Amino acid sequence: MSPRGDRPMVPRADFKSYYGRPIVRPAPWTHDVAAYLFTGGLAAGSALLAAGGQATRRPRLRRAGRITALGALAASGYFLVADLGRPERFHHMLRVAKPTSPMSTGVWVFSAFGVAAGAAAVAEAAPLVPSRFARKVLPPVGAVAGLGAAAVAPALATYTAVLLSDTAAPSWHAAYPEMPFVFAGSALASGAGVGLIADPAPPARRMAVLGAALELYGARRIETTKGLLSEPYTTGRAGRLLRAGRALTALGVAGAVLGRGNRVVSALSGLSLLTASALTRFGIFDGGIASAKDPRYTVVPQRERLSRRNSPD
Amino acid sequence: MGNSLYGPLDPAPDAGYENAPPRMGFFTDTSVCIGCKACEVACKEWNAVPDDGFDLLGQSYDNTGGLSANTWRHVAFIEQPSEPVFLGMPGSDLPGRAEDAERTDFRWLMMSNVCKHCTHAGCLDVCPTGALFRTEFGTVVVQEDICNGCGYCVAACPYGVIDRREGDGRAWKCTMCYDRIGDGLTPACAQACPTQSIQYGELDVLRLAATERVEKLRAEGVASARLYGHDEEDGVGGDGAFFLLLDEPEVYGLPPDPVVTTKDLPDMWKRAGLAALTMAGAVVVAFLGRRP
Repeated sequence: MSPRGDRPMVPRADFKSYYGRPIVRPAPWTHDVAAYLFTGGLAAGSALLAAGGQATRRPRLRRAGRITALGALAASGYFLVADLGRPERFHHMLRVAKPTSPMSTGVWVFSAFGVAAGAAAVAEAAPLVPSRFARKVLPPVGAVAGLGAAAVAPALATYTAVLLSDTAAPSWHAAYPEMPFVFAGSALASGAGVGLIADPAPPARRMAVLGAALELYGARRIETTKGLLSEPYTTGRAGRLLRAGRALTALGVAGAVLGRGNRVVSALSGLSLLTASALTRFGIFDGGIASAKDPRYTVVPQRERLSRRNSPD
Repeated sequence: MGNSLYGPLDPAPDAGYENAPPRMGFFTDTSVCIGCKACEVACKEWNAVPDDGFDLLGQSYDNTGGLSANTWRHVAFIEQPSEPVFLGMPGSDLPGRAEDAERTDFRWLMMSNVCKHCTHAGCLDVCPTGALFRTEFGTVVVQEDICNGCGYCVAACPYGVIDRREGDGRAWKCTMCYDRIGDGLTPACAQACPTQSIQYGELDVLRLAATERVEKLRAEGVASARLYGHDEEDGVGGDGAFFLLLDEPEVYGLPPDPVVTTKDLPDMWKRAGLAALTMAGAVVVAFLGRRP
């Protein structure tokens, strides 16, 4: 691999276009959406970490997970509304439930998760509440809500991959078999990152390793098996972001495994995993946008499909 | 859901209309387009579409660029010199005509592009608010009082047609003059077209007329004539607005083999489900084992 990595992996293909203008239109989304991919995944990963902490009686993991999930949820809500062309109409999303629209499905998943994760986080405030009744009732309510949030979390972490893939952006669509695994892994790694900072117990370390493995495997497949449509993920800004993400993921895993027992090393590893997760999301986001902006990525694969269909074998 | 995401079907009954009128469409025959842009102007006038800037693009007579939130009909101009370069006076053939006269060294392609009103419309499938809907005529229309500008339709259209308007925030595109055709009128662009390059009518009738037209052109020696978007078996189940072209689709800025992205939606959810289960499994594995 070249040091800058900007060398095309596939030879330049001949194709015709109308004055080089794009054919499909890039999604009109700003990096708010890329940021949401990260915060949504972080909310999901943290909720799973919290549920694990709850089930195995690790209160520090539970508390850190629930509070991070709520914070990430609030950030997600902001990013989602801010990116609308008409933010004051965000509630129009709630007038239908439409199975053919991953965004509609996602809104309902997000809402269900939000109620549960919100309740679980509020329950963490039980010791601070003066009312004895509330102190007694809140923890069991939080336990049920925490498990509820964890049940919805995998859907929250993976639907965003369907959201991007279900578009005409050539490299997003082509990546649909593996993108959910990248996003699931990235969400797990970021949740584990929170765990490594709050309480570097063995489960957080194992979660970091498993999440990173999933993320790296999926990203590798997307970057190498899509022919011409892998190119936008390996070149330009997307390529730089994904390479930086991969390096920080590897660093984070190494620190998590080797630095056990050391709070500082563990916390730095957690931070590294969190940053890596964000970089990966921005990289996948940018790769798809880049593929929509260049007509080559629309025309050449479609031409190849046509010639495969028209040739006898 | 059966056929609803892919394959041939009649979209209005599929969307739930009982006793729907015949599906209406456009047949744009580019072999008789003279590039007058009356369609662009008529569309803007009737639909009160804002201006799209007053730029000179240096792309032949095209200073609009392409379809957008503020351009619902767009005339493309392609100048094709042939090799070797002929230095004499230009000829005066009609575009694509090559009967008695020798072909000139130069061909000018013009094509009025428009929303395809797909049988399987990606924009409509992915719209999360229900702002995009299927009309009784089988066309696809945005309800401007519902659209919240999420932009998903923009990313889903395989033709790059629908677009979010700057400063307004909502998505806009051709409505096939829904407010006119409901009253039995012809859409503004087809009404204004002086050469009948844009024909409006029942889609079945237009498809027959188009087949005859392309056969006639080929018999006259225009081997490059072909229909685009007429085939119900194509990736979008056939277009409600289809074309007769004189070169490959990408020359006009059209995708050569568009496929509606939602064709793969069931597979996408399967993969996401698998990833979600893997994720849950990973957490269980991570937290298994006794406490030290």
